[in-house]
Amino acid sequence: MSVAMDTESTYSGYSHYSGHSKKAHRQGRDRHKSPRSKDGSRSEKSVTIQTPPAEPLLGNDASRAEEGQDDNWGETTTAITGTSEHSISQEDIARISKDLEDSVGLDCKRYLGLTVAAVLGLLVFLTPIAFILLPQILWRDDLEPCGTVCEGLFISVAFKLLILLIGTWALFFRQPKADLPRVFVFRALLLVLIFLFVFSYWLFYGVRILDSKDTNYQGIVQYAVSLVDALLFIHYLAIVLLELRQLQPMFTVKVVRSTDGESRYYSLGHLSIQRAALVVLENYYRDFTVYNPALLTASKSRAAKHMAGLKVYNVDGPGNNASGQSRAMIAAAARRRDSSHNELYYEEADHERRVKKRRARLVVAVEEAFTHIKRLQAEEQQKAPGEMMDPREAAQAIFPSMARALQKYLRTTRQQQYHSMESILQHLSFCITNNMTPKAFLERYLNPGPTLQYDRDRWFSKQWTLVSEEAVTSGLQDGIVFVLKCLDFSLVVNVKKIPFIKLSEEFIDPKSHKFVLRLQSETSV
Amino acid sequence: SYFLSFSFQQRIEIHKLRQGDNLILGFSIGGGIDQDPTQNPFSEDKTDKGIYVTRVTQGGPAEVAGLQIGDKIMQVNGWDMTMVTHDQARKRLTKRNEEVVRLLVTRQSLQKAVQQSMMS
Repeated sequence: MSVAMDTESTYSGYSHYSGHSKKAHRQGRDRHKSPRSKDGSRSEKSVTIQTPPAEPLLGNDASRAEEGQDDNWGETTTAITGTSEHSISQEDIARISKDLEDSVGLDCKRYLGLTVAAVLGLLVFLTPIAFILLPQILWRDDLEPCGTVCEGLFISVAFKLLILLIGTWALFFRQPKADLPRVFVFRALLLVLIFLFVFSYWLFYGVRILDSKDTNYQGIVQYAVSLVDALLFIHYLAIVLLELRQLQPMFTVKVVRSTDGESRYYSLGHLSIQRAALVVLENYYRDFTVYNPALLTASKSRAAKHMAGLKVYNVDGPGNNASGQSRAMIAAAARRRDSSHNELYYEEADHERRVKKRRARLVVAVEEAFTHIKRLQAEEQQKAPGEMMDPREAAQAIFPSMARALQKYLRTTRQQQYHSMESILQHLSFCITNNMTPKAFLERYLNPGPTLQYDRDRWFSKQWTLVSEEAVTSGLQDGIVFVLKCLDFSLVVNVKKIPFIKLSEEFIDPKSHKFVLRLQSETSV
Repeated sequence: SYFLSFSFQQRIEIHKLRQGDNLILGFSIGGGIDQDPTQNPFSEDKTDKGIYVTRVTQGGPAEVAGLQIGDKIMQVNGWDMTMVTHDQARKRLTKRNEEVVRLLVTRQSLQKAVQQSMMS
């Protein structure tokens, strides 16, 4: 395909090299390029240009000829023009513009909601105080003097308001952790309830007390106390509705990632679909291994080979029989005796063997490197001031001996774009500082970790869309399926209700455990 | 065809052989109401607690008389053997003052032969 060739030519044309590599190296590099690295670069969707390090890491020129790209570890440069396979530049543009629009729109909505709630809260908080103070201000002389009971009520109002304030701060004053597509139903309900409640109190107050200038001050104070009591009960209702109701697990959701089938199960309570989506996403970043597009190229190439082998010729004339054509193709593909399963088996076995071998080399290299470092005790520090290094320098000193093995391993497992040289050095100095063993240092590289472990710009998943057939504010039910889509993959969520468990009791008396021998004797007569 | 449950029985008369101070019959028994019926290899119904012949010595009086391995002993000299303990069964067979024992046995192969002949 001309598209593929274009990509390749731009790759070699635009790639950056440090000043150390010469033209000869570049040509050598092209020849030695393995097919795997080509695939990796083709599916990369980001342009990351990092300045190459000033000095080469591997002092050996001979080794550099063999892996020419490798001496500039920190670089992952690919210039993607519009001619890559998946028309990625279009998507990139769409993504950038969408980001801009969404950020403006959602912020407005969020801030509107927050300001309404804040204003209402302030109003509600000041209302009892207003109820108590207004008579004093407006018709002080007519009021009955405030006796002991009345003053006692002042104290109770004060403390209840304080408790309400602390409770509201604990419950509501939290940093919003997400933007949800629709309004939070329960929160909106509660706000409406509070508003109606306070409004009706003010109405009553205005008509019966302000207009008629009631002189029974104790009654007014008691009225204010009843308001505060009712507010505390509404606060209790808020806790139950917003926090407690969804604690008890009622549903089990299965989350499957569409690209590689990795799945997890979570337990949820009574939540709306959008809140359930939020929980799933929060757990996604922690539980699922990071999405690696480089791992998908093998299956894509296999699929391409299947379809490429068949061609359909229409000999009956210009009639467009599309469904007939596709059915004929599928039938022909099924009949064809291809040995792609054999290929897959041997390829996978080979790959596994290679990975294990490289892993062994890596472990040995790292263990050896770590033996060169010794931690200085406090007394020893005064004795040898000349040779002392801080963790960063120590890391830089032992890094070259393990760099090559680590790099080869990362290339074999296709994780090389997730770890830059700088991040590796940082991790190494972190491990040295905290007295970690080589195995602890390697834990991060031997297996792909959750998405949170890596750099933000490697996440591939920041903007999510909730796709659902039901309204997103409706509650979870058994059998609901919704999809969380981001640009590169999607998470399919399947909800199942936890079955109703009938548990019955059986009492066993500890003295009832009795046994008897089972004999089988044979007697000769 | 249909199955009838009936026992086809055979009478066997064994003359005891004197060996030294003992009178032997030349076979071994297993089973009894105090034993585990599930371990009986000869019974068709694994809850059957009857007395079964588990071994027959070659050339002994029992073999001569026609007793076969796997036979279930129903009666010994008129005494019922279907609801006895293992030890009671042994005692009834080894009474010192009896020289001849007359057994009533039932045999699975006999039952099956009869059933097959009924079916054909």
